[in-house]
Amino acid sequence: MEMHLVSHADDHQGTRRDFIYYATAGAGAVATGAAVWPLVNSMNPSKDVLALASIRRDLSDLQEGMQIVVLWQGKPVFVRFRTPDEIAAAQDVDVDSLPDPLANSDNLGDEAAATDENRTVSVFDGGEGFEPTFPAGALYVSSGLCTHLGCVPVGESGDFGGWFCPCHGSHYDTAGRIRRGPAPRNLPIPYAVLVEDTVIQLGEEA
Amino acid sequence: MFKKLTLTTAVALGLMAGAANAAGDSHVEDFDFSFEGMFGSYDQMQLQRGLQIYTEVCSSCHGLEYVTFRSLGEDGGIGWSDDEIRAYIEDRNIEVFDPTLDDGFGDYRPAELTDAFPGSQAEGAPDLSLMAKARAGFHGPYGTGLNQLWYGMGGPEYIASLMTGYEEEPACAEGANMDGNYNSAFAAGGFPESCIYEDGTHMVPGSWIGMGQPLWGEDVDFADGHSNDLHDEAQDVAAFLMWTAEPGLNARKQVGLTGVIFLSILAVLLYLTNKRIWAPVKKGRTEE
Amino acid sequence: MAGIPHDHYEPKTDGQKWLNKRLPIAGLLYDTLFIPTPKNLNWMWIWGIVLVFTLVLQIATGLFLAMHYVADTELAFSRIEHIMRNVNGGAMIRYVHMNGASLFFVAVYMHIFRGLYYGSYKAPREVTWIIGVLMFVLMMGAGFMGYVLPWGQMSFHGTAVITGLFGAIPFVGEAIQTWLLGASAVGQPALNRFFALHYLLPFILLGITMVHVWAFHTTGNNNPTGVEVRRTSKEDAAKDTLPFWPYFVIKDLLALVVILIVFTAVVGFMPNYLGHPDNYIPANPAATPAHIVPEWYFLPFYAILRAFTADVWLVMLVDWVTFGIVDAKFFGVVAMFGAIAVMALAPWLDTSSVRSGRYRPMFKWWFALLVIDFIVLMWVGARPAEGIYPYISLIGAAYWFAYFLVVLPLLGVIEKPLAQPATIEEDFAAHYPKSTGTPAE
Repeated sequence: MEMHLVSHADDHQGTRRDFIYYATAGAGAVATGAAVWPLVNSMNPSKDVLALASIRRDLSDLQEGMQIVVLWQGKPVFVRFRTPDEIAAAQDVDVDSLPDPLANSDNLGDEAAATDENRTVSVFDGGEGFEPTFPAGALYVSSGLCTHLGCVPVGESGDFGGWFCPCHGSHYDTAGRIRRGPAPRNLPIPYAVLVEDTVIQLGEEA
Repeated sequence: MFKKLTLTTAVALGLMAGAANAAGDSHVEDFDFSFEGMFGSYDQMQLQRGLQIYTEVCSSCHGLEYVTFRSLGEDGGIGWSDDEIRAYIEDRNIEVFDPTLDDGFGDYRPAELTDAFPGSQAEGAPDLSLMAKARAGFHGPYGTGLNQLWYGMGGPEYIASLMTGYEEEPACAEGANMDGNYNSAFAAGGFPESCIYEDGTHMVPGSWIGMGQPLWGEDVDFADGHSNDLHDEAQDVAAFLMWTAEPGLNARKQVGLTGVIFLSILAVLLYLTNKRIWAPVKKGRTEE
Repeated sequence: MAGIPHDHYEPKTDGQKWLNKRLPIAGLLYDTLFIPTPKNLNWMWIWGIVLVFTLVLQIATGLFLAMHYVADTELAFSRIEHIMRNVNGGAMIRYVHMNGASLFFVAVYMHIFRGLYYGSYKAPREVTWIIGVLMFVLMMGAGFMGYVLPWGQMSFHGTAVITGLFGAIPFVGEAIQTWLLGASAVGQPALNRFFALHYLLPFILLGITMVHVWAFHTTGNNNPTGVEVRRTSKEDAAKDTLPFWPYFVIKDLLALVVILIVFTAVVGFMPNYLGHPDNYIPANPAATPAHIVPEWYFLPFYAILRAFTADVWLVMLVDWVTFGIVDAKFFGVVAMFGAIAVMALAPWLDTSSVRSGRYRPMFKWWFALLVIDFIVLMWVGARPAEGIYPYISLIGAAYWFAYFLVVLPLLGVIEKPLAQPATIEEDFAAHYPKSTGTPAE
């Protein structure tokens, strides 16, 4: 094929001809790419899916010592109104001795320590102009999937009074930190913020 | 000769398009909309006014079941913030039916951003989400669909004309006891025998429509102080319904324009390439 | 491979020889890409590439639409709106697919009429032609079934009408219609299976396209003169032809891009122009639209279907002769499919010794009339079946059949063709350099 293109080349014309060939090939490649990209991109999450990246739930029915499971992006999220005893138990822990000493929270940096405070309070300072109805540190939010293999742990059970995963025996404490068993990480905490007195928002708005 | 035929055929094929849409005679005014033409786009203020009219007037009967509240925040449309949309829902106590509530029996709850507008509330009132694309205002001539090439499909024009088309019942219909109201833009309704000439043509445009006149002028007060006479209201609500039917219009035209420009450049380059490749052959210097 | 003598692929390196012994794919690609092509092909010889491109375009866009679509009567309509409103670029992909169908038929009609004018159907290209007619029928099937999927008013009632055609077949019609629909009426089974078939047909078309290309690569392309490429020697053949790459690839691409400019403008600025507004109303089995009109590309054949009403004497005669088995309804169905089938017979109906219409002074006018007839049929197919329109349909349908069954056989006998050039080389030399031959696009 090269032969057909080049056999009649005059040297001083060659560069200009080459330029047009390259420009055409380049423009053709761009056109093809521009046509293919929207097709590929159509497989990315659509607007309705993205809109569910952030949801709001009214917690006015949540009583002390109770837990609800909110489905967020198809996955369970624990929302718990902790009792003072549970808070005290969670605070009375040496962070450095934990299997996972990191907070594992989307609300904090990667390096934040897994103190009870980092696992709860800072999350819910929330907005301005309203007074949260929950006492400081009482509201706990985390993923409801065990960090071992993704089972849903059972609340108010296990050796540490927090959650116990029946699949392979992982024990979490009342701040959702892994204490014993095969699970490697503390229960991840999603982005969460109180947007009104009793309304919690999970996930950042797009 | 073949070239001429090709051209004729190409033109004709293109023009047959709207050939289909012959309805009865009706009077549709060619309103000027901001979103017409190659560079046209939605007028955000007009859409907000149209939404207000929809909310205060249309929504008592009609729904918008394919339009989500979150889409009120999209660029190129109403352009509200999430908080403005939430305030809109809250101020009007808009509730939607959620089949997951009440142990699977379903119940009403306040609408969220991800919900769609409620459907139609009244029996026989069609959903308005796609109305501007489900109607064609312009037809013909002679079933060729040519008019739609010049004037567009005319969906929003039809809606606006319908809003302004409520007129005094024509004299010929006296005593015919027609159901509904005479509307000069509505073609699909009942029509009295007494208004039809012997050759089958209609004495007056339009027909009788079940819907009572929804807009009379000064039905709503606009925050931006825009005129609220009937003609302007009709145009605003029609523009809004065009947006509900085709929220991506601005983006689509932009893609179209970019595409046409880019492909034109590619065509010029290919023309030059083609010319160069063929030049030696056409000069009779093939030595293949 | 039979055909025009030309250079074939010679494996040079050891690796090439190794592969060639086991899978001669490089040779196949070489022979396809460098196939000797008559150098005098004009701008009507671009539609094949446009068709291949459109087929690929439809398969690509269709694949991604299918990822978001649900073939459920409760959901189909709203899933289309989901694609239009939520999916990234979904509105564009759907509009391209929608208008891609129109591009497909514009191209196929151009392609068919080019073949009819230049006698591309004549020996030895009958098989290419018949395969082409078969592909046309499959395309119509794919187009029809695709139109069902949005589940709008036109989708629903159009499906009822078209499947009703099969119900007109005597004795077994009703059983066939029920079998097609999987029920006594259009509903979930019909939507579901039409989706499956709409997905399947393009791949069958892709396969048959290869056979179509294989067939005319064996016989060689026809060309505007209808004079065959000399096959006496490689040197002679080379005087009449040029390799497909780069000469015709670039030329076809140029034409394709020009066509795509128009296509992009339609998609960007008036994507619903070729559609019907009623299809933006969800299907409602209880209310039929005022006028059921098929998509524009079916209109000529729809007109032929409606042309033969019970008061046409031919219909009455056939009705009487067959003891009422072939009634007007069935006659119309037969006429519609016959109008396509009769095209497949063109190679044997055309008795002329000359291939190209360029050298047939009388044929030209009859052919022009056929093109006009086609356009008139398309127009009248969208008009209501009342007043003067049924008569126009009837005249149009009659000429369609007369062209193939009467004009083509007779012209070959009575017409005195003009002198043809002896070779393609001669024809080409007559055009260049004297005239520059500007494209007709």
